[in-house]
Amino acid sequence: MVPRLTDSLEFHGRALMLRAQRQQLLAGNIANADTPGYRARDFDFAAALRDATSASGSGRGLGGAATPRLRDALAAQTNLDRNNVDMDRERASFAHNAVQYESTLRFVNSSIRTALDAMKSHTSG
Amino acid sequence: MSLNQIFNVAGSAVSAQSQRLNVVASNLANADTVAGPDGQAYKARQVVFQTLLMGQGAQRNANVGVQVATVREDPTAGRRVHDPKHPAADGDGYVTYSNVNPVEEMVNMISASRSYQNNVEVMNTARSLLLKTLQIGQS
Repeated sequence: MVPRLTDSLEFHGRALMLRAQRQQLLAGNIANADTPGYRARDFDFAAALRDATSASGSGRGLGGAATPRLRDALAAQTNLDRNNVDMDRERASFAHNAVQYESTLRFVNSSIRTALDAMKSHTSG
Repeated sequence: MSLNQIFNVAGSAVSAQSQRLNVVASNLANADTVAGPDGQAYKARQVVFQTLLMGQGAQRNANVGVQVATVREDPTAGRRVHDPKHPAADGDGYVTYSNVNPVEEMVNMISASRSYQNNVEVMNTARSLLLKTLQIGQS
């Protein structure tokens, strides 16, 4: 019963870890917008979440979340110094990822509240 | 925790960009200087950015900041103006000014200040996300 209660919590926890990781990666891209030769990196969130959740049966804790496979972002425009950070795209991804992070936070909060409600006795109101 | 690292990454970028802004300021200040500290005409300076790997282990490549690798001097010859009455004029009556191009420096300044703002916003977003993460399970 308890594993079933915490299953969705674990899923959202993993999603939260990956969102934080992606946020950090995008921050690195934005920080290196003026570094010569820097290649912008990103990862496929859906694939990373699938990897992380399919490996969860082996009893790994949240801290052992798999590191997603990074790949070079495609350059929209070429740059003379071989830097391919597209600031518009990075900013958009950053804002989008921040909103997704917040929504995952709400899912975590609501599943915690659901679990707490289920544990409450009838008499306590 | 990945979100904490964002402050290091964006912080390194902010400090690198402020150093760039500093160099632009000294270039603009010296745009009309005749002689630098070595007696030669002032040479424009440019910062060279370099990726700084800040993570450890598996996180090594995911955690990249910026640092200023070197400050390079522009080797091109300075602007020469014919002005025989100038105290710094050479035998032919030419005065060598610095090789700073004010237009280039202004563009550089705008670019640096935009990048600075971008990174400050990254830090603000990370801060608000972290504060919300601290409130998990409350309310």
